[in-house]
Amino acid sequence: MSEYLLLIVSAILVSNIVLARYLGNCPFLGVSQKMDTAVGMGMAVIFVVTLAGMITWVVQYAILNPLGLEYLRTIAFILVIASLVQLVEMFLQKSIPALYKALGIFLPLITTNCAVLGIAIINIQEEYDFMHTVVFSFASGVGFTLAMVLLASLRERFPTARIPTTFAGMPIAMITVGLLALAFLGFTGLVD
Amino acid sequence: MSVVKEFTKGLWQELPPFRLVLGLCPTLAVTTMAKNGLGMGLATTFVLINSNVIVSVLRKIIPGKVRIASYIVVIASFVVMAELLLQAYWYPMYEELGIFVPLIVVNCIILGRAEAFASKNPIVHSLADGLGIGLGFTISLTILGGIREILGTGEFFSMAVMWPSYEPFSFMVKAPGAFVCLGFLLGLMNIISRRRPAH
Repeated sequence: MSEYLLLIVSAILVSNIVLARYLGNCPFLGVSQKMDTAVGMGMAVIFVVTLAGMITWVVQYAILNPLGLEYLRTIAFILVIASLVQLVEMFLQKSIPALYKALGIFLPLITTNCAVLGIAIINIQEEYDFMHTVVFSFASGVGFTLAMVLLASLRERFPTARIPTTFAGMPIAMITVGLLALAFLGFTGLVD
Repeated sequence: MSVVKEFTKGLWQELPPFRLVLGLCPTLAVTTMAKNGLGMGLATTFVLINSNVIVSVLRKIIPGKVRIASYIVVIASFVVMAELLLQAYWYPMYEELGIFVPLIVVNCIILGRAEAFASKNPIVHSLADGLGIGLGFTISLTILGGIREILGTGEFFSMAVMWPSYEPFSFMVKAPGAFVCLGFLLGLMNIISRRRPAH
């Protein structure tokens, strides 16, 4: 049990998916201007990343490995993720319209979120078993959401701050992320 | 627009990742050294040129509704090729870039060029576009990697360039340094482009 706890702490804080592993930066910077979109995107990522982690693990160990097709991993995983996102979108639209309304616009964007494919590949490279894969994928999604919410709450204050015009927009956002990452660097060594 | 113009626009007007803020993950992750930036740039350029050409060749055949999925399959095929080529001929670089080699497939620059350019333009123009954008991306990554390598370790392409008593600023080769460095470069680009109005 404590093993899973350590995995969760390390995925959320120590090697945060965005701030330490550099994955999922495009949506992280792209939709973090407002708090509600940041939360929506974060929830969509948690949902898809956990499902995708489980399915790609099964694809790797039940299909690719027995057939000796490991070199096709990239192409197989991206197809699985793209079709999964499409299915999730259709399923939510039909059966849980409220959730679809909340997550709807973010779902298509997730196909090209490298955090999803990145976590699927890390699961395989670290040779996690199925339970570890589920826990790690979910915790990484939570880490993504945490970073996103932190950045959004900072960026919501930008309009009232006096930012030099040269740095307005993307440059100051990038430097803010840098400071956020510096704070997260303080968690180094918390988990071995 | 002429073929030459398609090529040169990737070097300034639409220079990724500075003018088009896309493809940030590889930009930030692998640029701890100039050499890694160069390797990632070349691998991305390989995929970009090939996918642009193939998408352009097939642009009248691919049905509109499944075009994104088709582009992803084309791109993923070339990424697998790049992975195998790196493994075979440049194994140390494959080890250095690690997970970011398969992740070229979700680099939004490549899908962006396929959707916005190659699917609407003839083959030669798409080739020039891929070459220009790819070259611009390679140069940007090498510059960013160079700055971080010089400040963070005092070396450039693994050769000592700073004075002997220089204390390496290890912040630059860690994650926060990547974000801050890119932020300052984007600010610098803003200053330059304001001095040189678009023509």
